[in-house]
Amino acid sequence: MNPLQTRFARAARVIAWRQLHVMVSKPSLFLPSLIFPLFFFAAFAGGLSAITEAPGFDYPNYTTFQYVFVLMQSAVFGGVFTGFAIATDFEFGFARRMMLATRNRSALVAGYAITALARALLVWAVVTAVALATGAEITGSGVDLFGILVIAVLLNFAAVLFASGLAMRFRTLQAAPLIQLPAFLLIMTAPVDVPRELIEGWVATAADINPMTAMLEAGRNLIIGAPAETLLALGVVAGLIAVMVNWARTGLRRAEAAG
Amino acid sequence: MSAGTAVLRAPGFAGAHTGMLTQVGYLARRSITRTVRQPILFVPSLVFPLFLLAVNASGLSAATSLPDFPTDSYLSFALGLTFMQGALFATMGAGQSIAGDIQHGFFNRLQLTPLRGQALIAGQLAGVMIQGLVQGVAYLVVALAFGAHFEAGPAGVLVLFALSALVGLAFGSLGLAIGLRTGNGESVQGVFPLMFVLLFLSSGALPRDLIAADWFQAVATINPVSYLIEGFRSLFITGWDGEALGLAFAVALGVLVFGMWAATSALSGRMERT
Repeated sequence: MNPLQTRFARAARVIAWRQLHVMVSKPSLFLPSLIFPLFFFAAFAGGLSAITEAPGFDYPNYTTFQYVFVLMQSAVFGGVFTGFAIATDFEFGFARRMMLATRNRSALVAGYAITALARALLVWAVVTAVALATGAEITGSGVDLFGILVIAVLLNFAAVLFASGLAMRFRTLQAAPLIQLPAFLLIMTAPVDVPRELIEGWVATAADINPMTAMLEAGRNLIIGAPAETLLALGVVAGLIAVMVNWARTGLRRAEAAG
Repeated sequence: MSAGTAVLRAPGFAGAHTGMLTQVGYLARRSITRTVRQPILFVPSLVFPLFLLAVNASGLSAATSLPDFPTDSYLSFALGLTFMQGALFATMGAGQSIAGDIQHGFFNRLQLTPLRGQALIAGQLAGVMIQGLVQGVAYLVVALAFGAHFEAGPAGVLVLFALSALVGLAFGSLGLAIGLRTGNGESVQGVFPLMFVLLFLSSGALPRDLIAADWFQAVATINPVSYLIEGFRSLFITGWDGEALGLAFAVALGVLVFGMWAATSALSGRMERT
């Protein structure tokens, strides 16, 4: 590694280490991002399991069906909650001090992205344990499961790029609803409770064009070892990342210009 | 008149002898004006439940084909949850308002006046009740415009609004108690997830007898929010269901009594501390 790369890696590590330290030392800031997915999993998998009796619902296990949704949701919210942390760091001056200390400021975004991934991995571990304990069936092969993991990790990266782009534009925690709302809309207009074929009305149209749909459907098929459009899902999430890299980069430039 | 005896009085204010109703009137007017002037206080509680209603009505319409599902319109079925969501938002609104008053010193200034504690609570709740009624009208109009059924007829509309106002009042008093107890807007926000737990672990998405998971059905049965949702829902899909309405009004009154007790004791505690 040349000296520039070393500095970049060191700055990213400092940011990530600090955020992870905050996560451990102040559980109240981390717990909501853990409890919400668990709660949604309990509410949907428990409360709506009778929906599998509806004509046309041909997925074998509703707990598994919802588990994949919660995995993807956690991937998105791992990024969103990290966006809150970025906004807070700017509001209270820490991020500005880091910008003074770092030549390549993209390292800051990289550090926050590492935090978002660590946060998501922790949530996935807990959600997976709970899902397996409550009857989720994983019949896909190791390669299939790796495919789900890759999709989820990339989605998490896209989400943190989106959230950091907004957080660096506004540089205040008051932008939290602006970060949360698009993520919420993206999640709620995907096929959350039933397969796409059973959705009616405007949500059916929204689900058809929602990028989350491809990822959810690929994940739900991969986990049961069914044929899945994995390449489509990977293509969609790669496209999202390409757009969000530019969004985060311009957000960083705005933050730099603001001083 | 010396500086020491000069008193600034609002028009019609009669000092220490001001009646309870007058005090309530002043604070109610302030509460309502504040709600109207700050759309951020009521727009989310209006828009968010309607958005979830729109999503659920399309996303879960397949549920109506389940055996024994009580209606062929999931939109009509889901409205109970919408009304309840609105009430829970009112909880946060009431809590945030009083917490804001405490944080910004208005509450301390009020304590220098001969204002009665009950008037403070009743005045704050007036805004919440009006908000509950406006939300109720908005939810009903939007739902009917999109094809929801309302089986209880015109008289049922009055019962719907009465229940909506009572539930708003009941949960508003809980929000007030939390706001008075904590005196901090962030702490009030921290209670929001708990409210969502009550909402989602209820019979909001499916009738209780169609919930397949035993543990979920048990939780929904002991969750008082289920009975409030079922009360609202009965007016839309059943018509006049005495049991559902009786239970809903009884639960709402129970929550109101508890909320008022909690708010009154929290107010006493705060007055002693400040």
